[in-house]
Amino acid sequence: MIRRRSFARRLIQVEIPVLLVLAFALAPFAWMLLTSIKPNGDLSHFPVRYLPSSSTFEHYRTLIQRTSFPVNLLNSLVIACGAVLLGLATSVPAAYSFSRFRFRGRRMLMTGFLVINMFPIVLLIIPLFVLMRTLGLIDTFLGVIIGHSTFSIPFSIWMLVSYFNAIPRDLDEAATIDGASRLQTIRLVVLPLVMPGIVTTAIYVFITSWNEYLFAMMLSGETVRPVTVALQLFIGEFTVQWGILTAGGTIIALPVTILFLFVQKRLVGGLTAGAVKS
Amino acid sequence: MNKVTASSATLRASTPYGFLLPALLVTALVILFPVLQTAWFSLHDYILYDPDNSRFVGLRNFAVALSDEVFWIALLNSAIWVTGIVSLQLLLGLVAALLLNQSFWWRGLARALVIIPWALPSVIIGLMWTWIYDFNLGVFNDILLRIGLISAPHPWLAQPSTALACIMLALVWQGFPFFTVTILAGLQTVPPELYEAAEIDGASAWRQFIHVTLPSIAGIVATAVLLRIIWVANSLDVILVMTGGGPGYATHTLPLYAFLRAYTGMEFGYAASLSLMLTAILLGIVWLYVRRQTGELEK
Repeated sequence: MIRRRSFARRLIQVEIPVLLVLAFALAPFAWMLLTSIKPNGDLSHFPVRYLPSSSTFEHYRTLIQRTSFPVNLLNSLVIACGAVLLGLATSVPAAYSFSRFRFRGRRMLMTGFLVINMFPIVLLIIPLFVLMRTLGLIDTFLGVIIGHSTFSIPFSIWMLVSYFNAIPRDLDEAATIDGASRLQTIRLVVLPLVMPGIVTTAIYVFITSWNEYLFAMMLSGETVRPVTVALQLFIGEFTVQWGILTAGGTIIALPVTILFLFVQKRLVGGLTAGAVKS
Repeated sequence: MNKVTASSATLRASTPYGFLLPALLVTALVILFPVLQTAWFSLHDYILYDPDNSRFVGLRNFAVALSDEVFWIALLNSAIWVTGIVSLQLLLGLVAALLLNQSFWWRGLARALVIIPWALPSVIIGLMWTWIYDFNLGVFNDILLRIGLISAPHPWLAQPSTALACIMLALVWQGFPFFTVTILAGLQTVPPELYEAAEIDGASAWRQFIHVTLPSIAGIVATAVLLRIIWVANSLDVILVMTGGGPGYATHTLPLYAFLRAYTGMEFGYAASLSLMLTAILLGIVWLYVRRQTGELEK
């Protein structure tokens, strides 16, 4: 009897409120998914039809066969991979340096990278546009990737420093005593241990770059246009074609959402240790 | 503090800088140089399509901004935007974190699913919510009509009185999971003994929350709030997608106004001075944050 009551109480005090929060968190996303598989008749049906009368993939087909969307997807992939590579190539050595050396200006530089995280994008976007135009990098992958390094580098450094710090220094010392050079120590001891942290950082930079819109919009043209910008342009083009737009939204959101679910636990650890912007 | 490895003593003192060099070079190119250039632009009446005719105007751009009606509208909207969004996100995030910290058998799944809004691109957020607010076919009007709160559909995004609040709701939705996960991380550091002791002293659940839970998570909440203020104050892509700043100036915020002056007006000088003013305001907040953060680095 007592056990039954406590079960009912837990249902009311915990599980039902959690369900309400989840409904709030997921409903708009679910609505987008449902819309993307509804036939056009359901979409323009008044009053609103919540469940599709029959499911269809016509919007996905239209998007893939009749628009530039597949090219835009590929562009997004190239840009995000580029942002990850440039970000890691510069921030892994930097984070190692911050974690393993004590040198003049260390605190100042670390604080500097932290503050950079907080600069308004509008502050950077205007001169970056002029700079890229001068360098002839507008509408090139390199231009957009360099633009994305404004957030990928400071963010990665902050995440990675906390991961490097988590590796005991005794291990480096032991390797040194065994006669390993610094580069050997890094390659054979430190890097393998910090790899999970690097992967987490890489995935998060990938997601941020994949989701990014303003830099991409300013720095890309038709050639390297990523999906976020393309979708925004579609909004103007097919004003009422919600089926196509939500299909595009689903294609963009689903892969990164799944990636995000994989890294979220480790990410929160890195975030609370390093503390960076979202 | 200055514990160095045996080998580094023999290495040149420049080694740490060598490792930093690539990051510093790229950062100087994409951040330092642009910031200096913004400062330079702000002192000129630089128009993008006519750069040769740009003249040095001193602080005139700033003076113009101060007497620019739209600047003040945008500043006010920014204040409403930041306080409204961050406080609602915090409240909702806290409630969700406290709920998800209880034990129930599908807790892991619930914790994973609740962060989905945070992972979505802003363009998708803007698109989804524009569709939800649609006058005829939007689900928002439909639900309100069905439960009888309104008697006729309302053009939520086209009406100046409701547009800003509606976009704010979308941003609250997007960002509350950030608070949920950070507060959850904080809650896990609270030693269970504290609750046991409070229990023995006969403290009610509410008093336990006020005297044990809140003080324990205060630090992490403060950091999260500061980060979020800066992020929300800078964000403009959702507004850009949903209303583009309209109707009229109803959804203009400061970064959006600067962006529109640069992007559609090509008035880079004026836009630069607007974004510098935004930066100055945010630097005050950043300063608070950095002081806090370097305090924690010392530990």
